[in-house]
Amino acid sequence: MALLLIVVPLCLAVIAFLAPWDRARPWIVTFGGAVQLGLVTVALATPDIHGLNGWLVLDPVGRVVLGFTTVLFAACSVYVPGYLSQRPAGNKRIFCACVLGILSALTLITEAYHLGLMWVAMEASTLATAPLLYFNRTPRSLEATWKYLLIGSVGIALALLGCFFLGYASLYAGKEPSLLLNDLVRNAPYMSRSWLHAAFILLLVGFGTKMGLAPMHTWKPDAYGEAPGVAGTLLAGGLTSGAFLAILRVYRVCIAAGEGSFARKPMIVLGLVSMLVAGIFMARQKDFKRMLAYSSVEHMGILVLGIGIGGAAVYGAVLHLLNNGFTKGVLFLSAGNIHRAFGSKSTDDVRGALKRTPYSGALLLAGFFAITGTPPFGVFLSEFTILNAAIGSGQFLISGLFLLMLAFVFVGMGATLLSVIQGEPGPSPAKLLAPETVLTIAPAACLLAIVLLLGVYIPPPLASLLHAAALSLEGR
Amino acid sequence: MAAIVDPLLIVVLLLNFFTLGASRMRSIINGSAAQGVVLGAVALLAHGEFGLQAVLIAVVTVILKGIGIPWMLMRAMRDVGIRREVEPLIGLIPSLLVGALGTGLAILFAHALPLAKQPIGSLFVPTSLSTVFTGFILLTSRRKAISQVVGYLILENGVFIMGLTLVSAMPFLVEMGVLLDLLVGIFVMGIIVNHIQREFSSLDTTRLSQLKG
Repeated sequence: MALLLIVVPLCLAVIAFLAPWDRARPWIVTFGGAVQLGLVTVALATPDIHGLNGWLVLDPVGRVVLGFTTVLFAACSVYVPGYLSQRPAGNKRIFCACVLGILSALTLITEAYHLGLMWVAMEASTLATAPLLYFNRTPRSLEATWKYLLIGSVGIALALLGCFFLGYASLYAGKEPSLLLNDLVRNAPYMSRSWLHAAFILLLVGFGTKMGLAPMHTWKPDAYGEAPGVAGTLLAGGLTSGAFLAILRVYRVCIAAGEGSFARKPMIVLGLVSMLVAGIFMARQKDFKRMLAYSSVEHMGILVLGIGIGGAAVYGAVLHLLNNGFTKGVLFLSAGNIHRAFGSKSTDDVRGALKRTPYSGALLLAGFFAITGTPPFGVFLSEFTILNAAIGSGQFLISGLFLLMLAFVFVGMGATLLSVIQGEPGPSPAKLLAPETVLTIAPAACLLAIVLLLGVYIPPPLASLLHAAALSLEGR
Repeated sequence: MAAIVDPLLIVVLLLNFFTLGASRMRSIINGSAAQGVVLGAVALLAHGEFGLQAVLIAVVTVILKGIGIPWMLMRAMRDVGIRREVEPLIGLIPSLLVGALGTGLAILFAHALPLAKQPIGSLFVPTSLSTVFTGFILLTSRRKAISQVVGYLILENGVFIMGLTLVSAMPFLVEMGVLLDLLVGIFVMGIIVNHIQREFSSLDTTRLSQLKG
């Protein structure tokens, strides 16, 4: 079962690449999304899943991320045919194969219990994303792809070095070195402290680059700005969550070693810096897709901040992973629709989206309120949980800064997005370049419904899964 | 074993300086290729026994890092017909000095960390860190896209050396996976380099500056 979840999308990716039918090709992606959704539902209902001699294990945290990415992917997979039918140019063969390849790599990340294997999957997902970024074949997308590839590859090369440091830390302890997570957790109390510290910092910086934490976020606005909406969703929801999961895996080793408080400090700092940098660059941002990239930087910051605060905030962070990812889906997909319809992503040209593209405009507006933490959406609940835990544990300075930055971001983001959504539409374009269709609207609407649901009611199976995931990461 | 491995690692260190001081594209690609071949030998020795896996990993390392990837880079260079100079952002002598400083710091850092008692040589950790650092210098201070790829390659070589201290923890499949990812990564970068040349009529990455803010 564990292996099946990885192999099925991979096979479909190969089929999508080799198949001669151009018209049916995008539907292979949709088919893959549906099949994977079914398989993962079965997997999540099965209590104990592992494979390959303990290399693949589906633990509670992995289950949360796996379930989340699969639902997000399913939504994207419905969007893909609608999107590709509006894009005559570009290599669709590679696009479809890469999208399915990303699904396979992401699934492997959530299941891999060997750090080396996880790393291989992470690098594979980076490489599979590159062709998506360059899909539009413009000089700007070329620049974005180059930066993404180079910064991303260097970042996770550092993470690999960190993995080796971690292995060396147990070698020093006189233990048989192993990069299997269970062995690492067992050896953790005996590990050399200095090697463990060095390893954690390298891994945090390395996977933090992949997550897009400031100041390693520089590839993010370029990549998200130039990427098609689907790729943006998969990056902002899927790949960054995978990188966050990798950090959580290493954090677990730190907790087992009794170094939890050491690990939490840099996470708090990186979290706050990410929120601050995002807030600064959001102010007067004219490009609404880059705006979404900075929003992603901010929310990645909130995720690590939640883990850094510890206690009940860990539950908040795990819940926030879902809320942020789904809301990002709403935002990127609807922003992509508006971008295509107007042929521009600058606030100079795009106005009155609510009138010209009513559905996408409304979704973008709702997504904006959701992502900035307005009740009753789920993001409000998770941010409030994190804040509550911070105040409850007496971390008043952090809580104050957290609130301040949230307000800052609300204003910055509102200024740009509201000017896109509201107002009188300008004269150009006379006719919409790409009309809204059911296929490009329904996925975003479904994701919005999920975010709304998570804000008012968390189904009991999900709640117990989230609690189990948080429990394994609290370590207090 | 240390008697053979240590001199080889010193050769790796010297090759770092060679790539930092080289003024021609061809030289830095050759430098990285030579490093790849030496690493193949080190990989063979680090396994401690000449089993099938050790030989296979050594052979694949030599083929990929020593022959395949440098060949791809040479071909990319010929295809795009760029000028042969490296065009560093900081001069070659300052690069060398920074590299020497980095190597010194790497040795100090490795001394500060407690090193495990093991039969293989003690130069692994400092060589690894110094090579990673060299890769960083090449990545950040050279303007041409291809020389940045070589920088990434050398950085990856440094990580590879660190991995050799843990041969028993890195199963064969994972090691192959890492090498495969590297190959595909360089391949994709090669394609992008080609497109950059066609789009901008230059490989100067300082021209990639449209995206701001």
